[in-house]
Amino acid sequence: MAEEISAPVGVANVDHAGSDDNYLNHGKGILSWLFTLDHKRIGVMYLVAILSSFFLGGVFAMLLRSELWTAGQTIMTADTYNKMFTLHGAVMIFLFIIPGIPATLGNFVLPLMLGAKDVALPRLNLASFWLWLTGASFAVVSIIVGAVDTGWTFYTPYSTTTGTAVISMTLGAFILGFSSIFTGLNFIVTIHKMRPEGMTWFRMPLFLWGIYSTAIIQVLATPVLGITLLLLVAERALGVGIFDPALGGDPVLYQHFFWFYSHPAVYIMILPAMAIMSELISTFSGKHIFGYRFIAWSSIAIALLSFLVWGHHMFTSGQSGLTNMIFSALTFSVAIPSAVKVFNWLATMYKGSIRLAAPMLYALSFLFLFAIGGLTGLFLGSLSTDIHLHDTYFVVAHFHYVMFGGTVIAFLGGIHYWWPKIFGRMYSERWAQLSALLIFVGFNLTFFTQFVMGSHGMPRRYYNYLEQFTPYHQASTVGSFILALGFLIMAGYLLHSLVRGEKAPANPWGAATLEWETTSPPAYYNFKHDMRAGDPYDLDALRFEPSLGGYVRRDPSSVLATTEGVE
Amino acid sequence: MADHGHDRGDGLRVEHHFENADQQYQSAKLGMWIFLGTEILFFGGLFVAYSVYRANHPEVFVFGHHFLDKGLGALNTVILICSSLTAAWAVRAAQLRQIGMLKLMLTLTMLCAFGFMGVKTVEYNSKWKHGLLWAGSYEPHLDHTDPATDLIHNEDFEDGGDIEGVDAVETDESGTADVESAPTDTDRSAIDPAAVGPPGLAGPEPEAEGEEALEIEPANAQVYFSIYFLMTGLHGIHVLAGIGAFIWLLLCARRGDFDTGHFTRVDMVALYWHVVDLIWIYLFLLLYLI
Repeated sequence: MAEEISAPVGVANVDHAGSDDNYLNHGKGILSWLFTLDHKRIGVMYLVAILSSFFLGGVFAMLLRSELWTAGQTIMTADTYNKMFTLHGAVMIFLFIIPGIPATLGNFVLPLMLGAKDVALPRLNLASFWLWLTGASFAVVSIIVGAVDTGWTFYTPYSTTTGTAVISMTLGAFILGFSSIFTGLNFIVTIHKMRPEGMTWFRMPLFLWGIYSTAIIQVLATPVLGITLLLLVAERALGVGIFDPALGGDPVLYQHFFWFYSHPAVYIMILPAMAIMSELISTFSGKHIFGYRFIAWSSIAIALLSFLVWGHHMFTSGQSGLTNMIFSALTFSVAIPSAVKVFNWLATMYKGSIRLAAPMLYALSFLFLFAIGGLTGLFLGSLSTDIHLHDTYFVVAHFHYVMFGGTVIAFLGGIHYWWPKIFGRMYSERWAQLSALLIFVGFNLTFFTQFVMGSHGMPRRYYNYLEQFTPYHQASTVGSFILALGFLIMAGYLLHSLVRGEKAPANPWGAATLEWETTSPPAYYNFKHDMRAGDPYDLDALRFEPSLGGYVRRDPSSVLATTEGVE
Repeated sequence: MADHGHDRGDGLRVEHHFENADQQYQSAKLGMWIFLGTEILFFGGLFVAYSVYRANHPEVFVFGHHFLDKGLGALNTVILICSSLTAAWAVRAAQLRQIGMLKLMLTLTMLCAFGFMGVKTVEYNSKWKHGLLWAGSYEPHLDHTDPATDLIHNEDFEDGGDIEGVDAVETDESGTADVESAPTDTDRSAIDPAAVGPPGLAGPEPEAEGEEALEIEPANAQVYFSIYFLMTGLHGIHVLAGIGAFIWLLLCARRGDFDTGHFTRVDMVALYWHVVDLIWIYLFLLLYLI
């Protein structure tokens, strides 16, 4: 196979006549997908699997919001409601948002950005996907045999005493954790060992810095979740008593263990979103990214600080006052690198020529929503206000502004940005803009009302509520239906583009990172040449070529490796 | 996956996405080290649990560790250290393409692992026999004539007291006693401890120190055995995985995979094995010795 990828130096990677052989049609049949070692196919399989989970979690969310239309019973019993919010949380967190960006876009884009043919450990990559499927099966089994009603955090002692299917769900989360570890491990090795000629650490695209920081957290935090969930299973199955006060254990220790992983885990969710943002903002502002090193270092800073703040989940669990103060101060410090990123993105946009294409609309949504989500986090990090806001809808709203308004919105931006590269088709820009608008409006209506009712004292996870909260709950439910409509439209035009979409040019947006140097969709071996990386944000090196409908390099040889005798 | 690699002519198979054998080897090695880091963190949760409970209930740990057989623990430590040597030797043999020596060393390492599990089985059996199990199944029934559980004739208790210490273990079996004694953390409470403990509270007075305190079973002694079984059990699972890996390597060696000087797999498994050994050394120290 070595011969197949050799080509004379000087021929551009992009075959303007259009190459028929790409990764999508390189092998035929379902087995050629399920047992592929190609990072692009694994990324696409992950995309399908993860968007299916998102759909499932979304259905649970719509059922929840429908139930909350009126106080008391609307469409389901209280017990079913408890299971619904648990399943919504568990599916969204463990199946969708934690693996979300790294496993889909990361898998697809990371080796391409490195000019590499694959990730360093392709078999491990496939194993990670299979583990994801196994973990997801456990979760589905749990749903079928009676679901879980503990909330996604599986807090003891309730989780060790409830009669629902906790063991299969926690084993599922345990297995999904290993899937996540393998993905992160693979990315760290790939970034360390497979960067192309010319790509020093500080010439990496910022997407890679974000994914790298994410991978560090995945590798360092997830094993602790693994042992915690294993202890929970042992507690239920054998009664080891580690978390059971009746046997000399301590249920708060479970909370410490759980949040030692799960707080860093929210940065596993948000860092890749920030990684996407850096690419989108630079490309669609037509400007070199501002403050490259600050953005790069702030990713690492967030990754490290993420391990020091878990105690802010236990301000009301009887921690000492001193511990609370230390965790509160450390929590505030996370705001610094986050703000560094936001200000650098704003500075990148300043005096840029901003194109309001769909990915950029999501990037702007992110800036707006993440700012609200981040700043309300400070309310919760302050001890005095947290006592009031603890376990209210304010927390729910904060979490969704960061996770949905941040991560999911950036994920959608990333999907729209790389869609032409992944599938070689353009989607309808007009429908995409409508969908982005609906999602923005629906999201704010759904969750901003939750800030208000939370600050008025509406507790989270409650089935019933006082009459005074009815308008807020109904506004929130209406918002969620607008949101769902936005997603339905998106599913429609994206699926339509696969069949009827215009053929995408190699570089539709005018971005300078290496993934745009190959065809859309990429060839099986990604690049015909060994690549050389220059400045990933040097957008002036590109010009628009009307005959292609996309951008080309002014000097195509600038990205080809200088070493003689490629392969 | 016939199309997923190519032969460089020097006998080493290099996957298609690597530039050379060195890059491939370095990637595997970095990946393995990161994985071993996750293993340490995986055990880390249990080490934290150990530390927390030891800090909160030191008397429980001092009491419990007398029931472990230091001799068997030391024997297992020696077995594992020897197996680390043979594992390292196996890597050297693979690098030098001494296939006979490689097979011998892999077999010896595997036998050591089996030996370790054998000794562990003897230890678990003795705990099982005396009901010294994890908290949910903790029902100690100690035999005074059995040196394994007779504190009086335990070498650490040669100047120790009488038979009551052991009797106390037998008379304090009810779970309710444990429930009531759990929150009595006199070190932290601002309220002075009651002059007379509640019924069933067989734990020592906080002032009682040294060996006298050890003669009586402290409250929540079962916590020690939970942690003992969790830590050694998880470690045992890792030893079993190691045995599986060595069998796989032996099969690879028989197939001739290492004839070309390709030693990455042996190297990786040996690294894993060293970490498993290292964790055991800490377990031996924390559970048996202190």
